[in-house]
Amino acid sequence: MPPLPVPPEVPIAWYLTLSAILFSLGVLGFILRRNIITVFMSIELMLNAVNLTFITFSYMLKRVDGHIFSFFVMVVAAAEAAVGLAIILTVFKNRQTLEIDEVSSLKN
Amino acid sequence: MNYFLLSLIKTGIVVGVFMHILAYLQWIERKVIAHVQLRVGPRRVGPHGLLQPLADVIKLITKEDMIPSHVNKVFYYLAPFIAVLFGLISISVIPFGPEVEVFGIRTSMSLADPSIGILFILGISGMGVYGVALAGWASNNKYSLMGGLRSSAQMISYELPMALAIAAPLLILNTLNLREIGERQIGFSWGIIPNWTIFAGGWQVISFILFMIAAFAETNRVPFDLPEAENELVAGFHTEYSSMKFASFFMAEYANMVTVSAVATLLFLGAWHPIFPVEYGSNFIPTLIFVVSGLICFYHAMQPARPFDRITLPVFGVLFIGLGLIFQVPMLQQVAIPLFWFSSKVLAILFVFIWVRATLPRFRYDQLMSFAWTFMFPASLINLFVTGLLVALS
Amino acid sequence: MDAILFLIFAAIAVVCGINMVVQKHPISSALSLVGVMAALAALYLLLGGEFIAAAQLVVYSGAIMVLFVFVIMLLNAGAEKKAVFKPWGKYFGAPLLLIFFGILSYVVQRMLPPSEPVVFGAFRGAGPREIGQSLFTVYLLPFEVTSVLILVAILGAIVLARKEID
Repeated sequence: MPPLPVPPEVPIAWYLTLSAILFSLGVLGFILRRNIITVFMSIELMLNAVNLTFITFSYMLKRVDGHIFSFFVMVVAAAEAAVGLAIILTVFKNRQTLEIDEVSSLKN
Repeated sequence: MNYFLLSLIKTGIVVGVFMHILAYLQWIERKVIAHVQLRVGPRRVGPHGLLQPLADVIKLITKEDMIPSHVNKVFYYLAPFIAVLFGLISISVIPFGPEVEVFGIRTSMSLADPSIGILFILGISGMGVYGVALAGWASNNKYSLMGGLRSSAQMISYELPMALAIAAPLLILNTLNLREIGERQIGFSWGIIPNWTIFAGGWQVISFILFMIAAFAETNRVPFDLPEAENELVAGFHTEYSSMKFASFFMAEYANMVTVSAVATLLFLGAWHPIFPVEYGSNFIPTLIFVVSGLICFYHAMQPARPFDRITLPVFGVLFIGLGLIFQVPMLQQVAIPLFWFSSKVLAILFVFIWVRATLPRFRYDQLMSFAWTFMFPASLINLFVTGLLVALS
Repeated sequence: MDAILFLIFAAIAVVCGINMVVQKHPISSALSLVGVMAALAALYLLLGGEFIAAAQLVVYSGAIMVLFVFVIMLLNAGAEKKAVFKPWGKYFGAPLLLIFFGILSYVVQRMLPPSEPVVFGAFRGAGPREIGQSLFTVYLLPFEVTSVLILVAILGAIVLARKEID
């Protein structure tokens, strides 16, 4: 098997770059998608990217606090997902649509 | 030895044995339910119906593979795959024995030994909900969707009492590593009572009962099997699946059963430790059981019920006696004896699963859900509280 | 070996992330997000965060995403029939995104102090014992406050989503 062009070690910057990629994808989904559930899932993707950054820096500084922050981010994301989905259900019950462009009766 | 080669060998052994166990678990279930109902069960295919699983597999593989119209093909094919995947993964962290040294190789008797083993199993059983929900949704059938949503709501609701019932013995054992959980239940207190968690403090029997009830509901077994019973909701979420995909769902269910039985054995029943101390001769129990089974086979071979039993029963007798003598070989003893005790405890719990299936009627769905939220959840909270109190006061 | 594992799971995460943003049907997006979370759980294991990896599996992909999947199935939201992206997003979206991502990673590379590479097993200080000790001594107040937050969220979700009793 030919030697793969992979360095034997993984620098920390690679993890941070991956986190940046995932965060950018989350921002893309959040800004450009129309379905409200997909927008909400993009928010979760952004939160996950931030979690990865926390854990990476916790590895770099050799402390456990990044893991604790990440744990709290997870808990808050769970609470937010529950309430947000309940709101989405209520909006759907009243408007029968899931597109955020059509929930605009307060505009103008 | 090279770590990869060792892991490959262990994986090969575990996968081979586990697949056979899943197939023959169905044979055991049919035979046990039949004898409970005073009939005989499968007896035509092979001696005592032992080749029945093979016949079932051949039938299921060669059945026509129907795909209903207008299904979402990706999810329709993905759902049984996910169900089987998450059913089979959990076996990789379950230790069947302590760290052993065989032929100069020192290894633990599990495929992987993470320090968060019990959390991993909880996570994997949480992910098993996807297979069921996707199967119900992808079938393009209202009844399947209802069955799938009901089944996944039931699995999620009972995950909470199960996790709380697991947390109670973990307070006593103080570790999340499954091998250490097994190792901390070693020994006997007062000379004769084993140090199993179920006997600790006199209260952990309640944890065990709560865990078993939650496990019955997690694996969709009677009395909680309304979402998948054949006479309810037109067989629930696997209505539209035929042949091997249907078999995958059942394999996933049996794999989940084996997993929760193994977790119950590890946490509560003293994983691989014998019932009475080795000084009183517990190393001879497996040999005794197998040799006695062999002698019974020889006895029945003398008045055979069927003509070919004159040949097959003595063969089985010789096999059993050979197996019994393996447990006395000193080199294999440190692997075989813990494995024997672990397997017999797991099989005892599986027998309880099958026994309950033959005996109890099933819950209605709203009774099931209110049982989870109004009884199981407060009961497991109180159980955790009392366990914490007992640990703090001792 | 660490590099190969990192590349595999990073590739899974990025591919699932792109899939999540691009797919028309919300169920496909939800399952792709589950894939991202599972890949991230493996990456947390590589970084020595075993408890957080298990919590990611149990909480995020085993509970939150199941909630998403349930809501999508209940609302029976079909695939989007009209164009997936807003009109000007199709042309400006990808280049702007690449610029954003480029700036982000350049700043990260410049500001990062020189540090050792990531080796599996080099950081063992984040097991369940250490997290428990830290959570219940130093971070006790946030812990209690988040439990109240979860209680408030449960009450809010129940009130919002129940049927009106006439």
